[in-house]
Amino acid sequence: MVAHAIFFYVFSIIAVISAIMVTVSKNTVHSVFFLILDFISISCLFIMIGAEFLGMIMLIVYVGAVAVLFLFVVMMLNVAQQKNQWFNSEVTSSGHIPVGLIISTIIFFELIIVVGGWKYKPELSNPNTNQISNEISNTHSLGQVLYTDYIHIFQISGMILLIAMIGAIVLTFRRREGVKTQSYLKQISRERSEGIEVLEVQSNKGVKIDD
Amino acid sequence: MEYINLVFEEVYKILFLLVPVLVSVAMIVWLDRRVWAFVQKRQGPNVVGPFGLLQSLADALKYIFKEVIIPASSNKIIFILAPIITMTLALIAWAVIPFGENQVLANINVGILYIFAVSSLGVYGIIMGGWASNSKYPFLGSIRSAAQMVSYEVSIGIIIINVLLCVGSLNLSDIVLAQQNIWFIIPLFPMFVIFFISALAETNRPPFDLPEAEAELVAGYQTEYSGMMYAMFWLGEYANILLMCALGSILFLGGWLSPIDLYPFNLIPGAIWLILKILLLFILFALVKAVVPRYRYDQLMRLGWKIFLPFSLTYVVLTASYLFYFNLLPSL
Repeated sequence: MVAHAIFFYVFSIIAVISAIMVTVSKNTVHSVFFLILDFISISCLFIMIGAEFLGMIMLIVYVGAVAVLFLFVVMMLNVAQQKNQWFNSEVTSSGHIPVGLIISTIIFFELIIVVGGWKYKPELSNPNTNQISNEISNTHSLGQVLYTDYIHIFQISGMILLIAMIGAIVLTFRRREGVKTQSYLKQISRERSEGIEVLEVQSNKGVKIDD
Repeated sequence: MEYINLVFEEVYKILFLLVPVLVSVAMIVWLDRRVWAFVQKRQGPNVVGPFGLLQSLADALKYIFKEVIIPASSNKIIFILAPIITMTLALIAWAVIPFGENQVLANINVGILYIFAVSSLGVYGIIMGGWASNSKYPFLGSIRSAAQMVSYEVSIGIIIINVLLCVGSLNLSDIVLAQQNIWFIIPLFPMFVIFFISALAETNRPPFDLPEAEAELVAGYQTEYSGMMYAMFWLGEYANILLMCALGSILFLGGWLSPIDLYPFNLIPGAIWLILKILLLFILFALVKAVVPRYRYDQLMRLGWKIFLPFSLTYVVLTASYLFYFNLLPSL
């Protein structure tokens, strides 16, 4: 158990420090790297409490896909310079700090309400209904709960994700005029007879091949 | 004292796994070049040692004694971290590869997810290398590579789901044991083909080696690297290729199982069979490199998203309905 405790404290200290570093570090790309470190140490904590499936999914989804997109956006937009400007110029920083304070107080009170005051309906959060037996692996037990008791919620969340995806595609899709794209079908269905034309070229006159 | 013994035992096991992997990475580079040369009717490396076997060792020595140059405008910490991450990730995934019944370093329940997670982390070594170099070609190369790896991971994930439907467990040893009657390459042959092609793209092998397309991007994300750090990228890349071959042979070719369960074949230990299968897949990798021209980038993306993804999704539905209809779904 000693080793277990040591690992727990190591991972949680790394998680907390890297979470702080996400907001503190000057370079935005470094912030994203700290966020990734945070995700990794949290998934290690998941694995330590025996939720190995959640930990691995956390690694695959958040670190393997979401954080890569984060990195892309941050690298492409070159936010690093903008962030420095925000902190340096006094005019703009005074505009940002009150907004941040308001949002963080709201989140803080929301957390207090959720953790302290709020009561769930007893049948919703009765821990005894979802006993996990130690005989089957936790991937199996997750599947058994997700696909039986919570199948509708599970399906609805899938639909919401699908709609969000389609919405994002519709919002960003635009057909641009005058872009020369290569049509795959045209390329492979070309025949020799239409691809090559042999012309008699008279000297000093040339030919027009465009029409 | 007990703890120390435990730690030493683990370290010993890890060394016993990693040293052969590293040596075989060196050998596999030699094999790659020999196969490539064979297809092009050249000799290939044949001077250093018998059949040129020591060529990779000589190359490694050369890299070790070369100077490591860190560009002045680079982000130094991330620049140094990138090859370390690439190599570490390529090596830690071997922890769950079973070389025989109970011959595995960590027999965890979610082995296949672990490999998948580690290989999806592999993209960071490349992005970090490309970004930290602070130079145009590496950055373009790393962005290409990241987009390519993320795209092809999706289709590899869905192919893995196909196999998992037939097995009913995420444990790699269970996946191998489920193939005792029939290797999955027979019922899932189209998936094997797609897995092979996706593995080529995932490991940035030709014909999908666009991140380091030398005609366009010099050497992609490796442009600014030199000496030992370049060698680490290169080791990581080949260890990843070997890992993909191992994964392919575990998922589709029956892992450590012998092809025929009869007397003379039974005697050969499972690890030998697994190594033979890995070698077979690797020679296919090398042949593809020699015979196929490089893809264009838009074709690569089209292949991943518009062909492989719908096809493998359809195959998931087909496999699931077949198993359900004939009541073949694996029980707990």
